[in-house]
Amino acid sequence: MLTRLTIEDLAARFRRGEATPSQAAAAYLERIEALDGRVNAFLTVTRQAALGQAAEADARFTAGRPLSPLDGIPIALKDLLCTRGIRTTCGSRILETFVPPYDATVMARLRAAGAVLLGKLNMDEFAMGSSTEHSAFFPTRNPWDLDRVPGGSSGGSAAAAAADLAAATLGSDTGGSIRQPAAFCGTVGLKPTYGRVSRYGLIAFASSLDQIGPFAKTVADAALVLGVIAGADPRDSTSVDVPVPDYRAALEGGIAGLRVGIPAEYFIDGIDPEVEAAVKAAIEVLRGLGARPEAVSLPHTRYGLAAYYVIAPAEASSNLARYDGVKYGLRVPGGRDLIEMYGRTRAAGFGTEVKRRVMLGTYALSAGYYDAYYGKAQRVRTLVRRDFQEAFERVDVLAAPTTPGVAFTLGEKTDPLQMYLNDILTIPVNLAGLPGVSVPAGFTTSGLPIGLQLIGRAFDESTVLRAAHAYERATDWHLRKPTLEAPPR
Amino acid sequence: MNDLETVIGLEVHAQLLTRSKMFCGCSTAFGAAPNSQTCPVCQGMPGALPVINRSAVEFGIRTALAVGCRVNEHHRFARKHYYYPDMPKNFQISQYEEPLAEHGVLDIEVGGSSRTIGIQRLHLEEDVGKLIHEGPLETAQSSTVDFNRAGVPLMEIVSRPDMRSPAEAAAYLRTLRTIVVYLGVCDGNMEEGSLRCDANVSLRPAGSPELGVKVEIKNMNSFRNVQHALEYEVKRQVRALAEGEKIVQETRLWDPERVRTVSMRSKEYAHDYRYFPEPDLPPLQVEARWVEAIRATLPELPAARRRRFAGGYGLSAYDADRLTQGRALADYFETTVREYDKPKIVANWVLNELLREMPADDDRAVAACPIPPRNLAGLLRLIDDGTISGKMAKDVFETMYRTGQDAPSIVAREGLTQVADAGELRRVVDQVLAAHPKVVEDWRGGKKAALGFLVGQVMKATLGRANPALVNQLLGEKLPKG
Repeated sequence: MLTRLTIEDLAARFRRGEATPSQAAAAYLERIEALDGRVNAFLTVTRQAALGQAAEADARFTAGRPLSPLDGIPIALKDLLCTRGIRTTCGSRILETFVPPYDATVMARLRAAGAVLLGKLNMDEFAMGSSTEHSAFFPTRNPWDLDRVPGGSSGGSAAAAAADLAAATLGSDTGGSIRQPAAFCGTVGLKPTYGRVSRYGLIAFASSLDQIGPFAKTVADAALVLGVIAGADPRDSTSVDVPVPDYRAALEGGIAGLRVGIPAEYFIDGIDPEVEAAVKAAIEVLRGLGARPEAVSLPHTRYGLAAYYVIAPAEASSNLARYDGVKYGLRVPGGRDLIEMYGRTRAAGFGTEVKRRVMLGTYALSAGYYDAYYGKAQRVRTLVRRDFQEAFERVDVLAAPTTPGVAFTLGEKTDPLQMYLNDILTIPVNLAGLPGVSVPAGFTTSGLPIGLQLIGRAFDESTVLRAAHAYERATDWHLRKPTLEAPPR
Repeated sequence: MNDLETVIGLEVHAQLLTRSKMFCGCSTAFGAAPNSQTCPVCQGMPGALPVINRSAVEFGIRTALAVGCRVNEHHRFARKHYYYPDMPKNFQISQYEEPLAEHGVLDIEVGGSSRTIGIQRLHLEEDVGKLIHEGPLETAQSSTVDFNRAGVPLMEIVSRPDMRSPAEAAAYLRTLRTIVVYLGVCDGNMEEGSLRCDANVSLRPAGSPELGVKVEIKNMNSFRNVQHALEYEVKRQVRALAEGEKIVQETRLWDPERVRTVSMRSKEYAHDYRYFPEPDLPPLQVEARWVEAIRATLPELPAARRRRFAGGYGLSAYDADRLTQGRALADYFETTVREYDKPKIVANWVLNELLREMPADDDRAVAACPIPPRNLAGLLRLIDDGTISGKMAKDVFETMYRTGQDAPSIVAREGLTQVADAGELRRVVDQVLAAHPKVVEDWRGGKKAALGFLVGQVMKATLGRANPALVNQLLGEKLPKG
């Protein structure tokens, strides 16, 4: 079954002529057709375009000249990455009809590498949420248990990767939106260093925190995708011109002697005991591979969530101001004047969670409150960053749970604050701009995936990936697959 | 109420003459089809990101250095929020807490005395688009928006509240305009909106260190409007205070038709711009080396040049001032003087003859002038060597302007060489005297003005080619003594 294969194995078959990109694209499209009615990962399937791109890739393999390790590989993108000529909704009514006239830099790089785009993936509206229940269109379901959420906001990307509906997908991570759904869906999800991947064409939620990254079946596949999308971009001034190493090659060599910090503050009260046990077991696996675990402290962790919920909404309130019915997307007619047009459009176009955060952010930035909220949150951010810097003077990576719990049921978390707590272990990494990965690290007795989070120094994705790869090779969690083929309950 | 002091501060916006926009590569050229010079960035498309135009920063630094500002080593952009459909993102990328430059000064002259006006800050920002309403705004059924101007670089220069009269404000604006035009960073055209000015006006008891309640005046799109609007506003405030009213902090629009300022919005409705640092643009480091490199390319500024023209060339203060209003005109003058070393004569020709023919005295008009400095010098030499008279030279000048040809070719082609042959002229003089016996009688009777008439007749008969000095001499010889 071609959809089961890793990118590396699929590409090997293409090269040997045992399979073609067209066959792979057709297999994935068929699987989407058969199963996505249950998972609801896709908002848009670009069937014709995918088959066209796959046919072009066929010709390149026939000629013996593939463009890259991703040539002919079927992928899918979170629906906040702009795709030229393909509707890009950001999970929102306000952009339901928006067709970008340009490609995000990551899309352009994937196209140039020959990757085949299967479609666009569901998400919490404007990436605000941790369950994909805040999509304006429909919730995505967890492939391991269709009554449960896949996490969010990149829930469609995580579910698609976990359910083999794409060979790899891209998501975005502002406060955990790649790592948390990767943990919930039992797949690999990597958030690179802030500045490592161009944000040009990523519909912004919180500009100083957003970062694009891959979901994949294995750490090696995530490394391959990162290698294609990483690197400075003149269109994104916050992208950083640091050389992009060969991430695939950097996976080898093992982790003997690697110093692994275990932050005490990440094993919080209320953590699911099965998660805690699985992560502690994972740390013992790392020790068994020659790593040297040691306790470290990140004392300002507990303030991270509060700082995040000032900074991210503040930036969002600004970034979302452009959705006003004037230029593109939804416009609700009938307003007597400009203000009414704005009001009606935004009232109808934005969902509850988006409105809540726009209001939070507008308040935090308003005159007289700026210093007390935004200013203070930025100072907390500096302290959180310093915590990590000090820890990384002693250790090479940090190991922790990705989330305090596992996938919850749809509709279970109705209190926004309860929902926000999901990201308590992922947010500090965004505040500090560091790379982090979530890898499958076991299952609860009820069969739900658990994620191990590994965090590295800025621009040192290589070490994070090498540790994750070593762990993955020593375990078989990533080989387990949800059984979607069974009839629905 | 003569114990009240007027306090004025100006905020000047100058559109920068960069080829591309502030944060994207789109052209800044004026007059293209609506929205033809736009891209995802300047249309505020989802996902688009700004990139700083280095050349705009350089223009800002040039100006900052010219007005003695300190260029900040670190500066950054900030978002300024308000909703309006001409602004695609509903925030403007501007600078707030860390502007490009601060603490400058500008010397102005009003009524022969000099004053120094402080400059608080100079920062960069992006312009907005243009709304086009179908009919008047109040009744328009639809409006469209053209984003061609959206994202064009603007430089805002904020003065300290150092001006004490509308005349000083006008002088400040004029001086600043001359500088930005000299530097080549702005075309200085107020009518087309490349240079815009808002003013803050307040009154206070003379000698008081505290500032009164300020009123912001907008919509003054010419030098004349600035002075008129401020004069009106000062009078309005004086009258209001005399009648026991309180001045309220508000924004007022100048209405040039009705010659008054009209309240636009009061402070209660003032925007909360919710400034915060632009997260899409990292703070900019301005290296000292770069600043010094820019400083080295600064041209001689108008004030220095004016002093040099007056001192070095012996021109009147008035002529020196007029010649240095534009860099190109001053260059034209100096180039001509290098070829023809009589500065006062050149100044007269440039200020009287040349400016009479040219549509304007700005750099564009000078660049398009059909008479290059070399040709003007050539014309003046023809007067000096007696080939043509000064009067003939003015006709030749007009032909030069019309055709672009040089003076010697025109003189040769049209046979305009001056008649300085005494024999030939003597015959003409005799004919004139014979034809006007009555005038000759008048002259003899002591009417000295009659001589001018006779000279005129000789010039007419020679089609203006007679050498005037020789004509006078011959008439003196021929006329009967009184």
